[in-house]
Amino acid sequence: MGLKRLGKNLVLKNGTIIDPHHKKTIHGDVWIKDGTIAGVGGFKAPKSSETVDCSGKVITHGFCDLHVHFREPGREDKETLQTGSLAAMAGGFTRVCVMPNTNPPLDSPESINFIREKAENCPIHIHPIGAVTKSQDGNDLTEMGLMHQEGAVAFSDDGLPIQDGAMMRIALEYATLVDVPIINHAEDVCLRAEGVMHEGRISTHLGLPGNPDLAESAMVHRDLELAEFTGARLHVPHVSSAKAVHHIREMKQKNKNVTAEVTPHHIFFNDDALTSFNTHLKVAPPIRTEEDRRALIQAVKEGTIDCIATDHAPHTIEDKETTFDLASFGMIGLESCFGAVHKVLMDQEGLQLEDVIALLTAKPRAIMGFDPDLFTLGRAAEINVIDADKEWTFEREHVRSRSINSPFYGEPLKGKVELTISCGRIFSN
Amino acid sequence: MLQQKHLLGLDGYPSEDIQVIIDTAFNFREVLDRPIKKVPSLQGVTIVNLFFENSTRTRISFELAQKRLSADTVNFTASSSSLKKGESFKDTAQNIEAMKIDAVVMRHPTPGAPKHLTEFIDAIIINAGDGTHEHPTQAILDMMSLHEKFGKLKGLKVAILGDILHSRVALSNIFGLITMGAEVTLCGPPNLIPTFIHDLDVTVNYNLDEVIEWADALNVLRIQRERMGRGLVPSTREYRSMFGITQERLEHHKKEIVIMHPGPMNRGVEIDGSVADSDQAIILDQVLNGVASRMAILYLLCGGKPSEEKV
Repeated sequence: MGLKRLGKNLVLKNGTIIDPHHKKTIHGDVWIKDGTIAGVGGFKAPKSSETVDCSGKVITHGFCDLHVHFREPGREDKETLQTGSLAAMAGGFTRVCVMPNTNPPLDSPESINFIREKAENCPIHIHPIGAVTKSQDGNDLTEMGLMHQEGAVAFSDDGLPIQDGAMMRIALEYATLVDVPIINHAEDVCLRAEGVMHEGRISTHLGLPGNPDLAESAMVHRDLELAEFTGARLHVPHVSSAKAVHHIREMKQKNKNVTAEVTPHHIFFNDDALTSFNTHLKVAPPIRTEEDRRALIQAVKEGTIDCIATDHAPHTIEDKETTFDLASFGMIGLESCFGAVHKVLMDQEGLQLEDVIALLTAKPRAIMGFDPDLFTLGRAAEINVIDADKEWTFEREHVRSRSINSPFYGEPLKGKVELTISCGRIFSN
Repeated sequence: MLQQKHLLGLDGYPSEDIQVIIDTAFNFREVLDRPIKKVPSLQGVTIVNLFFENSTRTRISFELAQKRLSADTVNFTASSSSLKKGESFKDTAQNIEAMKIDAVVMRHPTPGAPKHLTEFIDAIIINAGDGTHEHPTQAILDMMSLHEKFGKLKGLKVAILGDILHSRVALSNIFGLITMGAEVTLCGPPNLIPTFIHDLDVTVNYNLDEVIEWADALNVLRIQRERMGRGLVPSTREYRSMFGITQERLEHHKKEIVIMHPGPMNRGVEIDGSVADSDQAIILDQVLNGVASRMAILYLLCGGKPSEEKV
């Protein structure tokens, strides 16, 4: 259990090797020497090598999450880059992009550099996303060029929608300079108003102020039009509604610069689950209806939605153990991700395991331009060993995050990451 | 005995239990007509009235009901400033639990707060209004008053008029009345009626005159003055002209209609003073039935655990 340094030679034996980049599945061994890939399939490893029997298991790429909140700097009581890294590895993630809504926000080259330096000591690869506007106030553009040079892989004011359409246009236009995506938390704040859950049958029963689906779809539509108009790259985060899916589907037919992600919780739950006033299900954008959930799954199947991202959002117990109106928005999601996504998409929806893995590996990496060829010889190992058939129930003991705000406790999941190798370390669940 | 330990709301509440409460309430109504208006039913039972939001009428009604049943009562009124801190709710709850309270009557500005309270303490919880969610005891007293007037609830045509969107009274009445087999029509400004309300098996009609022609009884909700001129209701005179229950409007309809109001009333805004004081209004019966209903609810929920354990 836990995190260890890799030995000199490690051989993962007799696994099903799924390579999502070359779209190839073979049976065999993987040799990792000094933390790098030294052989895939057939090779001669030293007799002294440590071996792990992977019979019946899958050996594949480490997962990549384009959307996490590690809360550093500012709220280290919720998460740090180190604790977040452990949560990531427990979920099979070897590479994540951290959102800039920290305190202070990541809105300068210096703050991007702070993350990059701190990330060097972490057991996974951490890429900062820079803020679009200084202090995330929606008014003044950040130094995107300099921030990009320091390692910012995208720009977002996540958590805070860019309400001003002219500002969004300026941001998209300017971002073409560095050719990285703008990620806008798409919720019209005026239409969202005081809404704390999806506006529909359930919110009417509960008397809770509703957040209508069109708060999302109206802004997604605006952003899609602006992306087309400016020629910039747009990545739509955490799509939650059938209406937004519709707009993205239409635009993708003519604009290749648009990508989108969905979270595990938006394809796992529907708003019926909120009848218990469970604050762990209070997220932004909200969990919507069964029809929306079905539309999101369909969008994943047809490629309208490109990838899975967790929107891992740690909060303290006090932030969540309160009345629904006061509870913070967000849930942790790294540790439960694969079991939840695999259960829905493969077990219930009949996708192939290779397709599910691609949604967590090759596809998100392609959006950010991360090196996709992870089984190539000499490359630093980012590898997962997965027991795809394992049925398990998500419990507190599976959480490595510093926060425990998950609605997945007690949920039966399918498929579990057993080993994760990254940055010369190995994490076993 | 009732099937549920708490009374959190009427959404999904069993019809037979609503009937038991109403029947029991009529028995307690007789007690209230006696010279000595007190019975020993809840002797030794301790109840705290936990009000996180201002209330005069509901709190007094509950207090009277408790005193008439010989329960021991304590009042707790939280200042609105301590409310801003979420943790004080949990702390307050746990303090109450530590003091060995049998039942809690709670009003809170947040939907779901009474449900939340059940997660912290073992006491019986009675919801005295949770934000824009439910106000089940008000709906029960309203149904008792309708039952008193018409001798039945099944098939009765009840209209609810006003700001449905922000009204826990409306929501609990809808759940209760539909469960008891009544028909419900809602009327009010379209922006103050929830978009998805038809999922609750009600009819919406914005034409007040058609609604008056249809209804046996009209439950007139208070229109909050703070909603006037704030984008939700253009003006008082506009509201009065479209949705006001005026003497003139009622005279125009040559029919008997029972007028209800949960109070407090804005005379001259949503209802004319002369209508409120007329014979067709049962507003003061509602107040008296409120005490009887709450006696019934407290008795049925807290009964069975009184003072047999006395040494």
